[in-house]
Amino acid sequence: MHRIRLNEKISPNVGKMIVDAPDVARYRKPGQFIMLRIDECGERIPLTIADVDTALGTITLYYQIVGKTTENMARLKAGGHLKDVAGPLGHPTEIIKFGTAVCVGGGIGVAPIYPIAAALHRAGNKVVGVIGARTKNLLILEKEMGEVSERLIVCTDDGSHGRKAFVTEALGEIMAAEKVDIVVAIGPVPMMRAVSELTRPSGIKTLVSLNSVMVDGTGMCGGCRVTVNGEKRFTCVDGPEFDGHQVNFEELVMRLNTYRDEEAVSMREHRCRLGEVDHEG
Amino acid sequence: MKDKVPRQSMPEQPPAQRVRNYKEVPLGYSDETARLEASRCLQCKRPTCVDGCPVRVDIPGFIKAIRDGDFLSSIHLIKTTNSLPAVCGRVCPQEEQCEKLCVLTKKGESVAIGKLERFAADYEREREQLEIRAAAEMKEGRVAIVGSGPAGLTAAGELAKMGYRVTVFEAFHNAGGVLVYGIPEFRLPKAIVQYEIDALAKLGVEIVLNRVVGSAGTVNDLLSEGFDAVFIGTGAGLPLFLDIPGENLQGVYSANEYLTRANLMKAYKFPEYDTPIARGDSIAVVGGGNVAMDSARMALRLGSKKVHLIYRRSRAEMPARVEEVHHAEEEGVLFQLLTNPVRFIGDEQGRLKAVECVRMELGEPDDSGRRRPVVVKGSEFTIDIDVAIVAIGNGPNPLIPRTTPGLAVSKWGNIVADDESMKTSRKGVFAGGDIVTGAATVILAMGAGRKAAMAINTYLQTGEW
Repeated sequence: MHRIRLNEKISPNVGKMIVDAPDVARYRKPGQFIMLRIDECGERIPLTIADVDTALGTITLYYQIVGKTTENMARLKAGGHLKDVAGPLGHPTEIIKFGTAVCVGGGIGVAPIYPIAAALHRAGNKVVGVIGARTKNLLILEKEMGEVSERLIVCTDDGSHGRKAFVTEALGEIMAAEKVDIVVAIGPVPMMRAVSELTRPSGIKTLVSLNSVMVDGTGMCGGCRVTVNGEKRFTCVDGPEFDGHQVNFEELVMRLNTYRDEEAVSMREHRCRLGEVDHEG
Repeated sequence: MKDKVPRQSMPEQPPAQRVRNYKEVPLGYSDETARLEASRCLQCKRPTCVDGCPVRVDIPGFIKAIRDGDFLSSIHLIKTTNSLPAVCGRVCPQEEQCEKLCVLTKKGESVAIGKLERFAADYEREREQLEIRAAAEMKEGRVAIVGSGPAGLTAAGELAKMGYRVTVFEAFHNAGGVLVYGIPEFRLPKAIVQYEIDALAKLGVEIVLNRVVGSAGTVNDLLSEGFDAVFIGTGAGLPLFLDIPGENLQGVYSANEYLTRANLMKAYKFPEYDTPIARGDSIAVVGGGNVAMDSARMALRLGSKKVHLIYRRSRAEMPARVEEVHHAEEEGVLFQLLTNPVRFIGDEQGRLKAVECVRMELGEPDDSGRRRPVVVKGSEFTIDIDVAIVAIGNGPNPLIPRTTPGLAVSKWGNIVADDESMKTSRKGVFAGGDIVTGAATVILAMGAGRKAAMAINTYLQTGEW
């Protein structure tokens, strides 16, 4: 059991949780993830580790509230527990001095990009941050990203905060103005795909972090397979980061739809039951 | 004449009933039937059956105890060499091992050694007469076991009985490895596995769940943090695929994923349990081993109307146990033998809708000694399916080899270990089970765990490598 130290909504559909997981905190490196299970009946879901406190033995997670598991997560209180946390998993991000690194985060993707930006910053890179969301109150970690970026560009689709633009527009301007040595992009699949297409002609090294369907997360089930450079690769042990120019995004999107119907059933049943509880309570 | 008593069959749930539940198929012997079956044993002076057992159970001894009605002595005798008798009695390929070498096989039917082993283990468990047989004295030395499958559990049990302090590290939230994620409830009830694990805990074995060694601390970390020896039993790794077009369509599973969802995550109880699984009307399972049989039979229980089992050789070459093939057939699995899939076909949304296959014929024997299947030209045909399960084996998991400097691996990525001592190229590090041999059986993994435990004892006592 892993004690929850903090759990709060930081935007209408994003929660932040700090939870005890000393083994994970001790060994984790930027770019790695955990698998968690809320309770006995819960799914195993992967979440990127946004931050750790090795002294306290805690890890910080950000989660988008999209389905039954994440809705339930949002309802957990500090002092409560997660049943299982296993990790860290996946390859850590390669952190060396590249030169100028543009770290692009979209929506909940800002959470995993933040520790990578911080590590690149510490390794002496010039970090330019680009973060975006649909609207102002969905933006997360703006202050933290500002602290590790030499320059931070904030974009919203509706112009409610920062620039009214997509992150790709800001990235394009940076590429036009200066030499970029690496781009790391994490966010919705269409965003990562658009970023990869933008950097492809100039051949700028571009890393993306893939969120494929996973069950075990340790290299056993094969559910997370993706096609990279025409070859079968497994996100949990070969990734989660891959060269964005080589990823078959179309197939990734297709596979992510596998359980659309079941997820709808799960949510419907879940909300029915919650409705009953509210009614009785 | 003892051999006039026919081999006693074990009562089973009838096929039409059992495909609608997840309960165990064979129901077990009664005391009387077990004693009758035990009376068939000739009590050979030189028991050849024991030679066929990878953990060398005293087979005539335990069968004699059953014959005499001393069931608890029987199980104690088995447990001196076999830590998981309730498991072995259910999933061992007995017809290929102990029973194959039984003298009675020549005259007709062998003694049902496996069924008797199961009886003895169940007798003890059902009466909860679990005797805690802690070591007489504790020994110096701490041992880390990586992986809680059959190899790891056996090594842990043997070492704990010798008096060592043992810690088992498991990546999942339940211990048992393939026994809990791979083998379905109807073949091996999870409560039985848990009972065996509880028995280890009572011996003083510490079991740490959710700990992924290689990632959350390496083998080197374990050695530098106070463990004197490490046994790696991480089992089967990344599933193999057919590498044919359409294999990443929605609805195409590896058997590992399908069975993990169904067994470990209890997807058969969805939506009570949150993990979903695709329940197709028409399913194809590709492969001919026990894992393929388990997948096909699970699919029937999940409500599929048609379950095709596609295997490229003939029935005679199928690697699955005879009993499992028989059970699958009784339950209505449709065998497509001498057949090979060449392409998965999807709809516009990327959902699987059919598989194209070719018929095969058998040519000359290949390296494995089995006759090589050859495509029959112009024999293409398609089967409409909405789910496919690929059950053709696994490659090794790369996590430990990648994070353990100096650990020798084969060209396939399996850890290299000595056949007898299970020693690896790294001092103090032993390995056994599927991570060394590639996909094999529960009992072979247990045999490796047992050999490793003996060698670890020698190493810790002498310090010699």
